[in-house]
Amino acid sequence: MFFTLAWRNTWRNKRRSLITVLSITFAVLLACVMRSLQIGSYERMIDNSVRFYTGYIQIHKNGYWDDKVIDNSFKYDTSLQRTVTTMHGVKLDVPRLESFALTSFRSQTKGAMVMGVDPQRENKLTNVKEKIVRGRFLQEDDEGILLGEGLAGYLKVQIGDTVTLLSQGFHGANAAGLFAVRGIIRFALPQQNNQLIYMSLPRAQWFYAAPELITSIALLIDKPAHTTRIVSLLKSKTDSNQIEIMGWRDLVPELVQSIELDNLSGKVMLWVLYLVIGFGMFGTFLMMAAERQYEFGVMLAVGMRRIRLQAVVFLEISLMTVLGVLLGITVSLPILTYFYYNPIRYDEEAAKAIESFGVEAIYPFSLDPVIFTNQAYAIFIMAIVLSAYPIWTIYKMKVVESMRP
Amino acid sequence: MATLIEATGISKVYHKTTVPVHAVNNMDLTIEEGEFTAIVGPSGCGKTTLLNILGGLDYPSSGKVEIAGVDITDMKDRDLIDFRLSNIGFVFQAYNLIPVLTAVENVEFIMLLQKKGKKEREVRARELLIQMSMGDKLDSRPGELAGGQQQRVAVARALASKPRFILADEPTANLDSASTENLLNLMSQINTEQHTTFVFSTHDQRVMDKAKRLVTLQDGAIISDTRR
Ligand SMILES: Nc1ncnc2c1ncn2[C@@H]1O[C@H](COP(=O)(O)OP(=O)(O)O)[C@@H](O)[C@H]1O
Ligand SMILES: [Mg+2]
Repeated sequence: MFFTLAWRNTWRNKRRSLITVLSITFAVLLACVMRSLQIGSYERMIDNSVRFYTGYIQIHKNGYWDDKVIDNSFKYDTSLQRTVTTMHGVKLDVPRLESFALTSFRSQTKGAMVMGVDPQRENKLTNVKEKIVRGRFLQEDDEGILLGEGLAGYLKVQIGDTVTLLSQGFHGANAAGLFAVRGIIRFALPQQNNQLIYMSLPRAQWFYAAPELITSIALLIDKPAHTTRIVSLLKSKTDSNQIEIMGWRDLVPELVQSIELDNLSGKVMLWVLYLVIGFGMFGTFLMMAAERQYEFGVMLAVGMRRIRLQAVVFLEISLMTVLGVLLGITVSLPILTYFYYNPIRYDEEAAKAIESFGVEAIYPFSLDPVIFTNQAYAIFIMAIVLSAYPIWTIYKMKVVESMRP
Repeated sequence: MATLIEATGISKVYHKTTVPVHAVNNMDLTIEEGEFTAIVGPSGCGKTTLLNILGGLDYPSSGKVEIAGVDITDMKDRDLIDFRLSNIGFVFQAYNLIPVLTAVENVEFIMLLQKKGKKEREVRARELLIQMSMGDKLDSRPGELAGGQQQRVAVARALASKPRFILADEPTANLDSASTENLLNLMSQINTEQHTTFVFSTHDQRVMDKAKRLVTLQDGAIISDTRR
């Protein structure tokens, strides 16, 4: 009967309760859309620079990350290979030899980042093949190279032209070579687009006079969320004096930082939204208690313990809140799912600019369950905090005073 | 007859204004089991204050109240609530009932607080409402009932907990004369047949005529006490 009592009380003032429930629904909907867009854009940012570039985990010779020179390269021996490839959750190991080179074509010269890669493996990690806008992809021991579109434009090279690369090889050896341009790639990030050169791993090892050596192994793993676990497992199975193993958060600290900053501003906006809704909820809870002082007085007079009365009022508040939250999630879920599969495109102008970076010109939505559960928690916690007021008034109430006409 | 309520030297002083108000002024009052007592006097003479103190709804400024030998004057709030639940039935001037519960649910509610079983609650609530001539309104909500009907449900509720006595503060103040007569007849019938003790206040002459004992107050003091 206590539940019946609470349920009927909730709908005593239908309009007010409905407004309260719907305002919670609206807040949850708005918050879910906001967070879905935000988290979706983070997921895409992380995808662009982690999933399609660094990999979620990298293995280097110890000290390479702080001093990225060719002399800090290492041999990917069979025992390390076995440790890495048998690790649960690791789907693919992608060896790379990375360094710098001066690139020249006719009168143009520019510094570039050179990535020696195993073309097949690299493609499985970064889908680089799809980003080729002209020419073709590299073969296993290709002697030619792929250039970022920006770099190619600066050097004014075409497919088939031969560029000169100059650098310093392993242990100070001279590195110089002529490389035919096989293809042009368009990268999402300008930094890569203007600097990156891909060549086959054997060709890079020849160029840098570093046979069998690599600077890093990028790992493709089953789930980004498993990064930390896999990193620590790998660390426990390798010698930290020889090998350093890093997760993506350490590989792209600037990205992580800028996401965290943006995330904070998003959360501040959420709190403002909740504050506004919270005032509305508080108004309702306040009225619910205030206009029933006499009735509460009668209930205490005839022998209802305060704690029981408080429980009934709390139940009323919970009912409204749960209803609002459930309704909010029920409404947001199909909307977000729709936009997840049928994303909104930027308008044409913006779309062109964005797509020139090789990024799809859409607002990416996320369906991470956290988006929904977090709104639910936030509203419930708020309801609990706000219910403190009516509960406190019942605690303080004097029967005689509340019943005086 | 055994003594049910014994109030000795009770006072209630309000200091809300510059001059203290002695709403109840050093009063002694004893109520015996089975009595049908009316507390009467003009408005402001202290009837409500007295009943609130006798019913453990308010603490006296001084003096003490014993109910069936139990001193309730220094009881803690929670114990007092439990004491009221099992010993006293209340009928107030108006708005006695929980608006969202039906008549029968309102009567059951008090027994639910007493943790009575569902079957027992239903049977007794029904019986009491029939006894109060409310058998045809069991499932009506208070808002659908006339004032006199609401008061009869309130009496049924007060009886439901099997209290030692029933306190009713001006139960007929909001009723027309027919409903007043009807309610008083039912109350006095219950008093006669079941020896339930009633203490009620009124300033209505017709109600006073039904009382078997008349306690008259003036300025917070008893000026006459007659039985018939
Ligand atoms: N809470 C209070 N604060 C101040 N004065 C009060 C309060 N309650 C009652 N009084 C005063 O006490 C006196 C008795 O009041 P009350 O017991 O309500 O009388 P009655 O019920 O006979 O009309 C009146 O003068 C009234 O103004
Ligand atoms: Mg009064």
